[in-house]
Amino acid sequence: MNRRWRMLGERLSQVIPVIVLATIIVFGLLQLVPGDPAMTLAGEQATDERIAEIRHLYGFDKPFLVQYGTWLGHAAQGDLSRSLLSGERVVTLIGQSFPHTLTIVVLALLISLLVGVPLGILAAMRAHTRADTAISALSSVGVAIPNFWLAMILVTYFALGLGWLPATGATPLGESVVGSLRHAILPALALAAGGIAELTRQLRSALLEVLSSQYMRTLRAKGLSETAMICKHGLKNVGVNLLTVIGLLFNRLLGATVVVEAVFAIPGMGSLIVRAAINKDFPVVQGVVLSMVLVVVATNLLIDMLYSVLDPRVK
Amino acid sequence: MSVPLLQAEDVLVQFPAPGQAPIRAVDRVSFSVAANETFGVIGESGSGKSTLGRALVCLNRPDAGRILHDGADPFALTGRAFRAHRRNYQIIFQDPNAALNPRMTILDSVCEPLEILGEATAAARRDRARAMMDRVGLSGSYAGRYPHELSGGQKQRVNIARALTVRPKLMVCDEVVAALDVSIQAEVLNLLAELQGEFGLTFVFITHDLGVVSHVSDRIAVMYLGKIVELGPAARVRHAPLHPYTEALLSAEPSALPAAMRTRERIVLHGEIPSPADPPSGCRFRTRCRFAEPRCAVDAPAFREVQPGHFAACHFVDQLTLQGPAS
Amino acid sequence: MASDTSKQQGRPGPEMGHRPPLLSVRELGVALQTRGGNLQLTQNISFEVGAGERVGIVGESGCGKTVTGLALLRLLPARSMQVSGKILLDGTDLLRLPGRQMRAIRGRQVAMIFQEPMSALDPVFTIGQQIGEAIRAHFPVGAREARERAVDVLDRVGIPLPQRRHDEYPHQLSGGMRQRAMIAIALACQPRLLIADEPTTALDVTIQAQIIELLVKLSSEAGTALLFITHDLGVVAETCERVLTMYAGQVVEDAPVEDVLVRPRHPYTSALMRSLPNLSVPKSVLPSIPGRVPNALAMPAGCRFAPRCAHARPACGRAQDALPVGADHRVRCARFDELELPGTAA
Repeated sequence: MNRRWRMLGERLSQVIPVIVLATIIVFGLLQLVPGDPAMTLAGEQATDERIAEIRHLYGFDKPFLVQYGTWLGHAAQGDLSRSLLSGERVVTLIGQSFPHTLTIVVLALLISLLVGVPLGILAAMRAHTRADTAISALSSVGVAIPNFWLAMILVTYFALGLGWLPATGATPLGESVVGSLRHAILPALALAAGGIAELTRQLRSALLEVLSSQYMRTLRAKGLSETAMICKHGLKNVGVNLLTVIGLLFNRLLGATVVVEAVFAIPGMGSLIVRAAINKDFPVVQGVVLSMVLVVVATNLLIDMLYSVLDPRVK
Repeated sequence: MSVPLLQAEDVLVQFPAPGQAPIRAVDRVSFSVAANETFGVIGESGSGKSTLGRALVCLNRPDAGRILHDGADPFALTGRAFRAHRRNYQIIFQDPNAALNPRMTILDSVCEPLEILGEATAAARRDRARAMMDRVGLSGSYAGRYPHELSGGQKQRVNIARALTVRPKLMVCDEVVAALDVSIQAEVLNLLAELQGEFGLTFVFITHDLGVVSHVSDRIAVMYLGKIVELGPAARVRHAPLHPYTEALLSAEPSALPAAMRTRERIVLHGEIPSPADPPSGCRFRTRCRFAEPRCAVDAPAFREVQPGHFAACHFVDQLTLQGPAS
Repeated sequence: MASDTSKQQGRPGPEMGHRPPLLSVRELGVALQTRGGNLQLTQNISFEVGAGERVGIVGESGCGKTVTGLALLRLLPARSMQVSGKILLDGTDLLRLPGRQMRAIRGRQVAMIFQEPMSALDPVFTIGQQIGEAIRAHFPVGAREARERAVDVLDRVGIPLPQRRHDEYPHQLSGGMRQRAMIAIALACQPRLLIADEPTTALDVTIQAQIIELLVKLSSEAGTALLFITHDLGVVAETCERVLTMYAGQVVEDAPVEDVLVRPRHPYTSALMRSLPNLSVPKSVLPSIPGRVPNALAMPAGCRFAPRCAHARPACGRAQDALPVGADHRVRCARFDELELPGTAA
C-alpha cells in the first residue's frame, strides 16, 4: 500500500509540468487570435479611449508573462474570471455544463463496454469463423460511421419517428434521473458506436494473443474449461490493454461530444465552448479547455494507478 | 617465456544497480591465456562468464584491473588504432541470429567486417568471404540466401566465417553450441577444432556445459558469482577437482552411462544460486557448500596455486576429499 | 490408487504376468493441415507406459517428440492439426472422448509440465491461485480446503515457506522455484501420468539436478508414471526406466534404458550417443551424423534414417516396421541383428 502511495506521489510530480505546459498553451490561445482582443471586446464602434480602457482593465497592456501569472494565480484559486458575454463566473458556467457532458460520455462508455466486451470475447472465442467475420465487419462499419450522421439518424427514427425519446435538450441528473437518462441515451448511443467497434477490435486481438500464449496451454492441461480460461485468465491478462483502450476512448469521447451536443442541442461543455469561441468569449474558452485538460490528466492518472492493481508486475 | 596472448589482471566489471551498490558481475579475476590454447570458462547463471567474455574483447571496459592483449592494454589505444587492434579479438554468441541482419544476404553479412575495416577491393572481399564460407562448410549456393533460410547450425557457421574473415588471433565463443542439437553441436565443435589448427587460433570457450568445455579445453576456469573458484588443466579439473563447487557441478551433470558405470554418489546442491546483486559474505559458495564452516562466512578464501598450474579458492582445499565424475 | 481397478474389461487381454498398461498409444499420427494438403509430422507412433513407469522420449529438434506429448492430452490446435490413431488410457480412447470428459482427464488423470516455467505460468495470478483452481476444477472443495491442499503440495515439491509462496506471483520466484511451482500445479490432483516436456532444459545444471531428483522422488513415492520428453540422453539415463528414440516423426527404438545405453540396436540411437562430447576422448574428433533431418515434405520412402546411415543397404529403401529385438525391445531397423553398434559405455 505504501508503495502505491509513493507511486501516486511520483506520478503527480510528473503530471504538474504537463498541466503547466497546457495552461501556457491555453493562455497563449488568446495571443494567437488575429487582431486585438481589446478591440474585439470593445465592439466595432468603440473609441480609442474605450479600447485603451478595456486593454488596461483586462491587463492586456502588461507583458505576456505577467498576464499569464495573474491568470494562473487566479485559476489556482478556482477563479477562472467571468464571461465577457454574460458576465457570469466561468466556473459557474462550467459547473452547469459539465454534468450534461459527463452524463453522456459516461453513458456512452458504459454502452461501449457492455456491448464491446462481449462482442470482443465472442469474436476471439470464435476466431476465423463466420461469427467473427460478421463482428469484424460490423465494427468496421462502427468505426467508419461519422457520429453526427448517426446522431441525426437516431433522432429521425427514435425521437421524431417513434417518439420514444426526446429529440433535444437535457435534464440535470439531480433534477430527475429518469429524465436525464432519457435525454442522454440517444446522444450516448451516437457516441458509443465508434467505442463499441474500437473495444471489440482491441479486445479481440488482445485476447487472441493471450489465447495463443503458453500459460493458456497450461490452463487447458489442468482441465479448465474454455469459458474459465477466457473469462477469468484471458480477461485479467488483457485488463491492462483494456484499461488503455478505455482511457483513450474516454478522452476521445470527451472531444467528440462537441458535435453530438450540437445535434441534440445539449447545453454541455461542447456547446459552451462552441458558443464562446464564436463570440470570442476568451475567458470561457480558456476555462473550458483548462478543465478538459484537467479531466484528461486525472483520467490518465487514475488509469496508471489501476495498472498496478491489475498487473502485479507493474511497480 | 613469451608474453601470453591474453591476460586478465584483477579484472572487475560492475553494473550500476538503482538504489543499491553496483553489481560486481566479474569480481577481481586474474588469468592468462597462451597463444593456440583453448581456455574454457564454465559457470551457471549469474557467474559473470559472459560479462567476462565481453570484457576480454573490449566490449565491456573493466572498472578496475586490466585486460592485456599481447602484453599491451587495448584501452590505451584510441580511434583507428583501437579499431585496427580489435579485429584480432573476435567474439561469437549463442544466438546465431544476434549478429546476422535478417535483410542482408549471407555473403553480404560475411563481407561486412572486412568492409568496415575498409580492407581490399569489393571484389577481393567477396572472394575472401566466399573462400571462408567454403571453409566452414557452406557451399556457394548459400551466398545469396537470407538468414531465415538457414538452420541454426548453418547460421552459426556463418557467424564463424564472418569472424574469421578478419583473421583474428583470438576468438571468444560464448555458448556457441548451446542452442544446437547434439549431432549439429558435434559438427560445429569439430569445425572449430579444425579451424584452430589451420588459422593458429586461440579460443576462450564460455559455456555452461561441462561435457563441451572438457572436450574442447586445455585449461578450465570454473566461475561462481563473479569469481573464479578453480582453474587448472582440463583433465585435472574434470577428474580431480579441488573446489567443492566444481565437485558438485561435475556431479550434477546428467550422465548417459549405464548405471553400473556410474560409481559416484550424486551430490545435489541445496538452495538457489544467490543473486549476484547480493552475494554471500566470505566465500560466495558457502551457502550451498556441504563442507561450509563458520570461518567461510567471515573470510573470503584466497585464490591460490594448490598444485602446479592448478588453482582454487577454498580454505579447506588441502583437507577435503572430493569425488570426481563418473567418466 | 482407487481408480486402478476400473475399466478392466473390453480390451485385448494383457500378456500373462504383465500389469495392464496405464497408457497405450496405437499408431498415433499428427498431421498439419496446410493449404497444400496434409503434412504428416509424426506417424505410426505406438508405445505403452505402465502404471508408475518412467519412460523417456528422446530425439533432436523437429523429431516430433513435443507434438506427440501435446497430442496425448489433445492440446494441439484442432483447427490446424489432425490427430489419428488411438490413445488408450485404461482402455478408454482419449481421441474419442467428448470435450467435457477430456477436461476431466486433463490435470486429474494425466498432467503436463513444460519447458519454460516463466511463460507457462499465468503472470497475473498467484502461484496458490493457479494450484487451487486446478484442484477445484476436479474436486468439490471450498476455497479454504483448496488453499490447504495447495500449500501442502508446494511443501511437497520442496518450496520453502509454502504459506508465503502461495500468495506470490510467478515473477517473484527464481527459475528453479517456478519449475517446482509448475510441478506443484501438475501434481495437485495426484494424476496417474505426468508428461514432462523438457522440464529442465531452461535451468542451470545444479538446479536441473534438483528438479530431476524431485521428479523421480515424487514419481516413485506416489506411483505416478512419468513420460519425460527431452533432447538430453543423460537426463533420460538418470530419470527413466525405458526410452523411446524418435527420428523424423517415428519411434525408431523402444527399449529399457540400461539395454539401449549398453547396446543400442538402431544406428541413429547409437550415433546420437557417440556425438555426446562428455563421453568422448577430450580433443578427439566427435562422431557426427552426416546430412540433415529430412523435411516433412520430402520423407525418404523407406527407412527414414537410411540417407544418413553408415550401415544403409539397398534393402533399407523399403518402409521399415518396428521389429522386436526381445520381449521389451523394439527397433525400426532391418539390420539390427547383424549390426554391433556402440553405446555410451564403449
